Amino acid sequence: MSWLTEPLQFAFFRHGLMVATMAGALCGLIGVYVTLRGMSYIGHGLSHAIFGGAAASALISFNFYIGAGLWGMASALAIGRVTRRRLIGSDAAIGVITTASFAFGIALLGLYGQVRKSVDAAIFGSVLGVTVADVWVVAGVTLAAGVVVFAFYRKLLFTTFDPEVAGVSGVNTERMDALLMLLLSVSILATMKVLGVVLIAAILVIPPVVARMLTNSFARMLWLSTLIGAACGFVGMILSYHLDVSSGATIVLVGAALFAVVFALTGPRGRGRAAGLDHPHDAPAVAGR
Amino acid sequence: MSAGEALVRLEGVTCAYGAGPVLAGADLEIGPRDFTGIVGPSGSGKTTLLRAVLGTVTPVAGTVWRRPGLRVGYVPQVETVNWSFPVTVAEAVLMSRTTGRRLPWPSAAERAEVASVLDRLGIGGLGGRHIRELSGGQQQRVFLARALLRRPQLLLLDEPTSGVDVRARHDILRLLTELNAGGLAVLLTTHDLNGMAAHLPHLVSLNTSVTGRGTPRQVLTPEVLERTYGAPMEVLEHGGMRVVVDPAVLVTPTGARAPISATSSGRDGR
Repeated sequence: MSWLTEPLQFAFFRHGLMVATMAGALCGLIGVYVTLRGMSYIGHGLSHAIFGGAAASALISFNFYIGAGLWGMASALAIGRVTRRRLIGSDAAIGVITTASFAFGIALLGLYGQVRKSVDAAIFGSVLGVTVADVWVVAGVTLAAGVVVFAFYRKLLFTTFDPEVAGVSGVNTERMDALLMLLLSVSILATMKVLGVVLIAAILVIPPVVARMLTNSFARMLWLSTLIGAACGFVGMILSYHLDVSSGATIVLVGAALFAVVFALTGPRGRGRAAGLDHPHDAPAVAGR
Repeated sequence: MSAGEALVRLEGVTCAYGAGPVLAGADLEIGPRDFTGIVGPSGSGKTTLLRAVLGTVTPVAGTVWRRPGLRVGYVPQVETVNWSFPVTVAEAVLMSRTTGRRLPWPSAAERAEVASVLDRLGIGGLGGRHIRELSGGQQQRVFLARALLRRPQLLLLDEPTSGVDVRARHDILRLLTELNAGGLAVLLTTHDLNGMAAHLPHLVSLNTSVTGRGTPRQVLTPEVLERTYGAPMEVLEHGGMRVVVDPAVLVTPTGARAPISATSSGRDGR
């Protein structure tokens, strides 16, 4: 048991453990909607987009959360709008908007090398440098995400499964899409310091994919994914202490190992369920004229 | 039906997604007890007409009027459903209940209501199954149940018999007939002229614009069908019903036309 309690004697580790566990749960929760909408790529893309905002915020010494948050929201809404209007496909929209933003951050790095340190932290994450304020931010965002998902559970589910019929049935689908994008960008922003731009996408995708292999029910998938994300964060942090490996990488590797185990144990049935995540509902606007 | 009784009225509706219109100058009126089928070839504007009634497509010309407060149930084409989505039958049906209760889980009353609708449609006891684990006919009924849970006054169905076998098609047709007899207006699109359209009380044929309307006897005629499908089609009489035949399938292996008793245009419109 000492392997569990030993690292807890350090305050920095306790903070990191709390943040990593909550970040895992948060990403597991939001990731369900992201993967079921076939927008797994958006987590990856948005974290890169927010990088541009982080770089710009660091450059002008502006608050990281506000600067990068506003930047991320603008990117998320732009992606959502372009995708909803079917001007181009969602993958293409994410690719264009987020890589442009990432490139902007890189350009800032090149022009003003002094911002490199804080931007490096945003790229690779820094669990062990977590402050008490960061703990509160992640706790607040996790709680808020839980409340939003609870309060809008039915509308979010309907919009995710069948946006056209949801709209006809009185659901304001544009508002639900915007709400989800807001949640996603705030979640990425809150967990970015901990997990980093590079690894955040994995925590958004792995828990829901594992949960999908285990269940055919949306409600069960939602809480399973949240629990799996939290478990990955917790176990990953403990292992990172003992193995002396980067915590972000360990968290992702724990998730990947869990994926491999569940993939093997659930057999063709589980694989069949997860395979469907490649075929999201994306009925073309002019299907069957 | 007087104009004041209409649930929906379309006047000169034109819709376009790109350069050319998909639907041009369509007029349609649906009354409280109507049961209407829209027929036409692929790309003729059937789904667009349905979407114009729904309000999910904005016409570039013409007007769509809906009775204020009209409750519409919509059953989409099964091809547009994401069958891999992790949702059970009960969860899928309950989705349409988006007003009132905000808690994620259903109340006892809602559970009973879902069970009642499923029983009524002959799929009671399947509430815990994943939607992909059902037959084509059962899948169609799940989405019919979802639409009915809204207690609609008008039910719209896009190709409700697409991809289902003959027995399921009969069952769906019987269910819709019962619902219509109970006071529900039904508007559906179908490719299936003989299995579906010929059994409906009222048809509208479409090929970008409306090419015919009336009873099956008035619409399923060689003239209207040729205007609609752009190719000659023959119509047989069988048991008092119209049977539409593609002449191409009536050519014998020797190349001679099989003898048929086709309905001539002169005997139409009875």
